[in-house]
Amino acid sequence: MVRQVFAYIVHKEGVADDTALEMVAAAKRIDSDASITAIVAGTGADLNVVCNEIASSYQEVWKIDSEALSYPNAEAIRTLLVRILPKEGLIIAPHDTFGMDLAPGLSIKLDAAYLPDAVDIEGVDENRLKAVRQEYSGQVSTHVVCDISGGAVITARPGSFKADESKGAGGQVVDKTAEALEGGFPETGRRFIEVAEAEVGDVDITKSDILVSVGRGIEDEDNLEIVYDLARAMGGDVACSRPVVDARWLEKSRQVGTSGKTVKPKVYMALGISGSFQHQGGIKGSPFMVAINKNPKAPIFQAADVGVVADILDFVPELTDKINGSR
Amino acid sequence: MEILVCIKRVPDTSENEINVNRDGTDIERDDLVYSVNEWDNYAVEEAIQIRDRVCGSVTVVTVGDEETEEVVRREMAMGADKGVLLSDEVFKNSDGRGIAGIIKAEVKKGKYDLILTGAQADDGAGQVGGMLAAMLDWPYASLATLIEVTDDKKIKVGREIEGGNLEMLEIDLPCVLSIQTGINEPRYVGIRGIRKTASAEIPVHGAGDLGLSPESVGKSGSKIKQLDYFVPDAGEGAEILEGSVDEIAEKLVELLKARGGIK
Ligand SMILES: Cc1cc2nc3c(=O)[nH]c(=O)nc-3n(C[C@@H](O)[C@H](O)[C@H](O)COP(=O)(O)OP(=O)(O)OC[C@H]3O[C@@H](n4cnc5c(N)ncnc54)[C@H](O)[C@@H]3O)c2cc1C
Ligand SMILES: Cc1cc2nc3c(=O)[nH]c(=O)nc-3n(C[C@H](O)[C@H](O)[C@H](O)COP(=O)(O)OP(=O)(O)OC[C@H]3O[C@@H](n4cnc5c(N)ncnc54)[C@H](O)[C@@H]3O)c2cc1C
Repeated sequence: MVRQVFAYIVHKEGVADDTALEMVAAAKRIDSDASITAIVAGTGADLNVVCNEIASSYQEVWKIDSEALSYPNAEAIRTLLVRILPKEGLIIAPHDTFGMDLAPGLSIKLDAAYLPDAVDIEGVDENRLKAVRQEYSGQVSTHVVCDISGGAVITARPGSFKADESKGAGGQVVDKTAEALEGGFPETGRRFIEVAEAEVGDVDITKSDILVSVGRGIEDEDNLEIVYDLARAMGGDVACSRPVVDARWLEKSRQVGTSGKTVKPKVYMALGISGSFQHQGGIKGSPFMVAINKNPKAPIFQAADVGVVADILDFVPELTDKINGSR
Repeated sequence: MEILVCIKRVPDTSENEINVNRDGTDIERDDLVYSVNEWDNYAVEEAIQIRDRVCGSVTVVTVGDEETEEVVRREMAMGADKGVLLSDEVFKNSDGRGIAGIIKAEVKKGKYDLILTGAQADDGAGQVGGMLAAMLDWPYASLATLIEVTDDKKIKVGREIEGGNLEMLEIDLPCVLSIQTGINEPRYVGIRGIRKTASAEIPVHGAGDLGLSPESVGKSGSKIKQLDYFVPDAGEGAEILEGSVDEIAEKLVELLKARGGIK
């Protein structure tokens, strides 16, 4: 039996998200012979561009075109997917802000298993899908088995599966609009109003070559002084992880990550940052990364080039002194 | 507005180093410090603030064992009016769907306008809220960082999406929202405050009270099971600098200079 695997494609302004090709890789990890179908919802010219772009990577591309899909409302899309997906199918979506909105409820509506935030897939044995997840902020991993006899909804962690660039699928675009909209566009109790853009701050960390980035490990707002001192000594700017913004210690425009800024510095200092995938998702261009963390098992040490296992409150002032003394 | 907030008791990762136990069946649970899932404190704070603006009550609910009661008391000390513990031997080893099903049964016993969950917990799954909404057939929005009550029929919600932008939505009540960190600044509660709730009655509801069949929950109801816990191969990883603080700082300055890290 050829297994059918579907991937829900997130796209914006006529460009498919990076996860589109990562999900091809994930689907092949489930079953290398699987027939892989992309599902793309949207409208107009942008939608067609995306469908044609990914047709080289998917055997089939299912297109749903409706004016009402010009902004993706997960509540409506969930209903559309239930209408067109075969029973017992497997569907993958990215574990991003859209996938998190769509997927848990989709698994209930399909009466299928839900495998959230998979970082690796090891294959299927009969109806048991074996995958790897992380728990406790990535401090430990776990193998999970998922009973897929009734289908499954899987979200794949962005960046965890290496994009499949083979592009030999030669897929065809199939218009599923009529089938999806049979019975009309789904009524939902949730209406989109607008997107309010994030505020602009006093520094633009996306332009910085040197970033001194601080996380929850700084413990207290008053301790930020040592971070500013280091940034000054290095000639860089101060950035941070999300908890520092949540605590209102630094402004949102300094937050690095998927729900913050995407930065591409030459040098990135991660001070008291554990290294969640949402944080690392905002660091591009492979900078020279230095991690300073008191926990030798912190996941950030996997991503960094150089690590120092130390208390930042002690070590950072020492480092600043050394730099200042070295000129 | 009658608000239900779902809370989970989790090992505090900022207080603990999490290790895998000897046979890899679980994490090492001796000596772990537990607390309320970080996201849930934001959810409870938001519920309290909404109640204080528009009247009503806040109930916190959790699925867990006797020890879980402490987190219910903690959130009551923050200002929640009521607490409920859903606990039964047959609830053990439920997956996210099982937990959502148990909470759904409790929801059906009451009359709520709004249910809040955390955006995710220690497993990083972010599943219970969305599943619960789908089971109830209520509208759902994840990752809320802004809630404005329009009237008793609908609310305005901001969902935080990529780049920190806000997706503004109008949602009909009743609905389920998952709360993202940063939506507010959760108030601090000390030991004294928690002690004051010691005499508060916290009802415990089991499978029988909730009309749940044992097969629908726990291990038998789970479609997903943990096989083992492990620490992945370190792989390449960072070059860890060794030596005295002075030596390490010295080395690091050299490396930074070589990489253009010091202007
Ligand atoms: C001993 C043990 C065995 C387990 N066995 C399995 C297993 O076999 N298969 C499996 O898939 N999982 C298993 N789990 C994990 C599972 O029970 C999780 O608790 C469940 O998946 C929900 O947690 P989450 O972290 O995924 O919640 P998320 O969906 O990430 O949490 C989001 C929000 O949901 C709410 N929430 C989550 N959990 C609760 C709760 N318990 N009570 C009230 N509200 C809650 C909170 O508001 C939370 O902020 C086990 C856990 C334990 C401790
Ligand atoms: C949808 C979504 C979007 C998100 N977007 C973002 C985002 O854009 N950016 C982001 O950063 N996060 C984001 N997050 C949050 C993310 O999941 C993590 O919770 C967050 O990145 C953790 O920040 P942290 O590393 O500073 O804190 P923690 O994970 O708590 O880590 C603190 C680290 O500091 C170390 N430490 C503590 N004290 C010291 C000390 N004295 N000296 C040295 N080290 C010390 C600890 O060992 C630990 O490793 C998002 C989450 C969700 C659900």
